[in-house]
Amino acid sequence: MSRIYDEEWLGQRLRILRPAPQGWVRAAQELPSARRSLDEIVARAEADLEAALQGEGYEPKPQILGELRRRFS
Amino acid sequence: MLEALTDAELVQRCRAGDSEAWNTLVERFSRYVYAICVKGFRLREEDAEDVFQDVFTRVYTHLDKLRDDAAVRPWIAQLTRRLCLDSIARSSKEQPAPEQDFEESSDDFAEIEDAFAVREAVTTLGEACQEILDRFFAQDQSYRTISAELDLPAGTIASRIARCLRKLREELEGRSEPSRESRE
Repeated sequence: MSRIYDEEWLGQRLRILRPAPQGWVRAAQELPSARRSLDEIVARAEADLEAALQGEGYEPKPQILGELRRRFS
Repeated sequence: MLEALTDAELVQRCRAGDSEAWNTLVERFSRYVYAICVKGFRLREEDAEDVFQDVFTRVYTHLDKLRDDAAVRPWIAQLTRRLCLDSIARSSKEQPAPEQDFEESSDDFAEIEDAFAVREAVTTLGEACQEILDRFFAQDQSYRTISAELDLPAGTIASRIARCLRKLREELEGRSEPSRESRE
């Protein structure tokens, strides 16, 4: 069955895909840079975790670090 | 330039870390995701925003798991629908109310799919038609606003819209039929 693309049908379809709020779109577009910043924060936190363990007199062994990161995540 | 890329090409560039490609991907599918949330599932604005952000976060995070790059749209649609249903389930747990019963209407989803196909066809008509059709239909702008913003004589807006709709119809008639007939 062939479809008739009359003006009413086209107009209805053109009205469906309205722009999403600009702020939402911008936030989604900024995901990669937000993710990079987050990775940097996590990397810094991990470095600090080792420093904190050493400060308390513990050797920052991989098992201890792993367990702590599991608890913090 | 990036707007002309196929979905598969765009996905490949996003995966390679091209942030401009990511911007284009979000731009290409933002209205679609928004329509599924607010027209397909009639989510409240704040719930729609949560789902919208969640969809794009997951797309970004799991892009490397997509098996067929050309199938990014059905993947996004499926993800959006699942997250909308999760949102509705959460809301009804928090505020159980019989009138909140949700019934998926396949007509709404078919119309959204048609709308996406129509929008893709619009992109072939040239920038002038894209602009005027989008402003009039999707953004609800009046003839007067369109005339002022595009610096066009107000008396020509209606005829330009009619001309663009004719071109759009010709373009769609030259394409293959969408798989589902949703018109009554």
